[in-house]
Amino acid sequence: MSDLRDWTIASAADALSKGDVSSVELTDAFIAAMESGRTLNAFITETPELARARAEASDTRRKNDNAQGPMDGVPIGMKDLFCTEGVRTTAASHILDNFVPTYESTVSGNLRDAGAVMLGKTNLDEFAMGSANITSYFGSVKNPWTPEGANANLVPGGSSGGSVAAVSGGLAIAATGTDTGGSIRQPASFTGLVGMKPTYGRCSRWGVVAFASSLDQAGPLTRTVEDAAIMLQVMSGHDPKDSTSLPMDLPDFRAACTKNAKGLRVGIPREYTLDGMPADIQKLWEQGAQWFREMGAEIVEVSLPHTKYALPTYYIVAPAEASSNLARYDGVRYGFRKDGASLDEMYELTRGEGFGAEVQRRVLIGTYVLSAGYYDAYYVKAQQVRTLIAEDFKNVFADVDVLLTPTAPSAAFAEGEKMDDPIAMYLNDVFTVPASLAGLPAISVPGGLDANGLPLGLQLISGVCQEETLFRAASALEQAAAFTARPVMTGGAS
Amino acid sequence: MSLTKDDVRKIAFLARIRVPDERLEPLAGELNNIVGWVEQLGEVDTAGVAPMTSVVEIETPMRDDEVTDGGIPDKVLANAPDGEGPFYGVPKVVE
Repeated sequence: MSDLRDWTIASAADALSKGDVSSVELTDAFIAAMESGRTLNAFITETPELARARAEASDTRRKNDNAQGPMDGVPIGMKDLFCTEGVRTTAASHILDNFVPTYESTVSGNLRDAGAVMLGKTNLDEFAMGSANITSYFGSVKNPWTPEGANANLVPGGSSGGSVAAVSGGLAIAATGTDTGGSIRQPASFTGLVGMKPTYGRCSRWGVVAFASSLDQAGPLTRTVEDAAIMLQVMSGHDPKDSTSLPMDLPDFRAACTKNAKGLRVGIPREYTLDGMPADIQKLWEQGAQWFREMGAEIVEVSLPHTKYALPTYYIVAPAEASSNLARYDGVRYGFRKDGASLDEMYELTRGEGFGAEVQRRVLIGTYVLSAGYYDAYYVKAQQVRTLIAEDFKNVFADVDVLLTPTAPSAAFAEGEKMDDPIAMYLNDVFTVPASLAGLPAISVPGGLDANGLPLGLQLISGVCQEETLFRAASALEQAAAFTARPVMTGGAS
Repeated sequence: MSLTKDDVRKIAFLARIRVPDERLEPLAGELNNIVGWVEQLGEVDTAGVAPMTSVVEIETPMRDDEVTDGGIPDKVLANAPDGEGPFYGVPKVVE
């Protein structure tokens, strides 16, 4: 089979429906790529037998004229944060390294029911806490991209680092991600992919290992905007098992990818200009605005005055919710246990050994800001600032349809950089966190390459439940950018 | 305010995370950096601002209070590190 990175969900659906390829043939090719691409460390658990069985079932459905839509028979990666029945689900943590769920998350179940073929569980930062995929208990993930003329290992971004390495390296056609503060969009930007976080509540959180429940959202990582629309259609929808799931009918996301930006009002938030931002990123951002102008959109400068407070707000809210959510890992009901003489000692030893350094740091911060006497000063204050951040967005969306910003303040960086200073690492999410706090849909679209030949993404943000506008703008931006570059290191591509 | 080694020991116990003594001091430094950085929120005037409780305005759904699941002890206990019969095993709690 030719370069596996040529496959998109749309092209695979087309070839499968015409009978040009079977799901078994496609799946076998990707299983081989997954195995030969192990140097990327993109997968924590490979599930080739399960994939073959699902591919055979898909081919049978198709033979019986009973194919379940465009994802039937398409091989994908599943972030190892989605509980999968009978398949180990680790959240990249020692504390869950022997956990085999007896149930299926709603999102992975939706994909399974639509016939998607799961190749395996992709690597991530431990409990999705990280921006470089270096905190996984199962080792860091390598970015298939390398700077021109260099041999350094770059990080793929995080936390959905295994998912993006798998897709950009040609080990899967698409993959699932989850985004709490940027964990879909930032790694998509680092690897030249499309990463989409829908409105909070579009995708059910049921069965997804929880990090920060008021922020966590699942979304697709794909090669094209159209693929993101196809995959989100399958992943999302109302689920009574998640009380924050939106009880609304889904629009036709794929139909919204019209590539037509004529008459769109595109806002450029002035607070997203950072001191010391790389010139290539500033240039790409201006180029993005120029593309929209040329396509007949109107560019409007807007202000989101509380932007600079988004990251500190996030680093109170997210650790606070994480410390509550992660209280369940007690060594009693599932997961790793370290025995102790008393119950408290067992808890302490289990969690001291079971959680890695970054998870411990965030649980401790969260415990502190929620502790007696500090709750109002930190947590309530942060939730108040969060209201102001959301109001900023509401005000600008009265005037514009979408916002255009860079996705991340840098291209992919080398492993080992920014590791000693947690705050330097947290700054990776400076452009993605505000939309997360406000629950808004946002997408990263590959815009171009920097001077070192590394991909850079542009982010579009729209108002609550305005995914159709977002897909419209993103498909237009994608067409204008015409990004076709691929990593030099081919991963498993054959 | 600044966190001391003793504060970190106390927080670590609240979180039920065993932190070795030699890690308390460096951890206090790391946590102080983060706490110092988030304290810039103090400059924002939030008088009269309601704390955010929900990012999308939807009504909290209600459901009937009835048993819809259960009778699957084997599944529930499948991942227990120390399952004894239909129970979770823990160290002795009552003296």
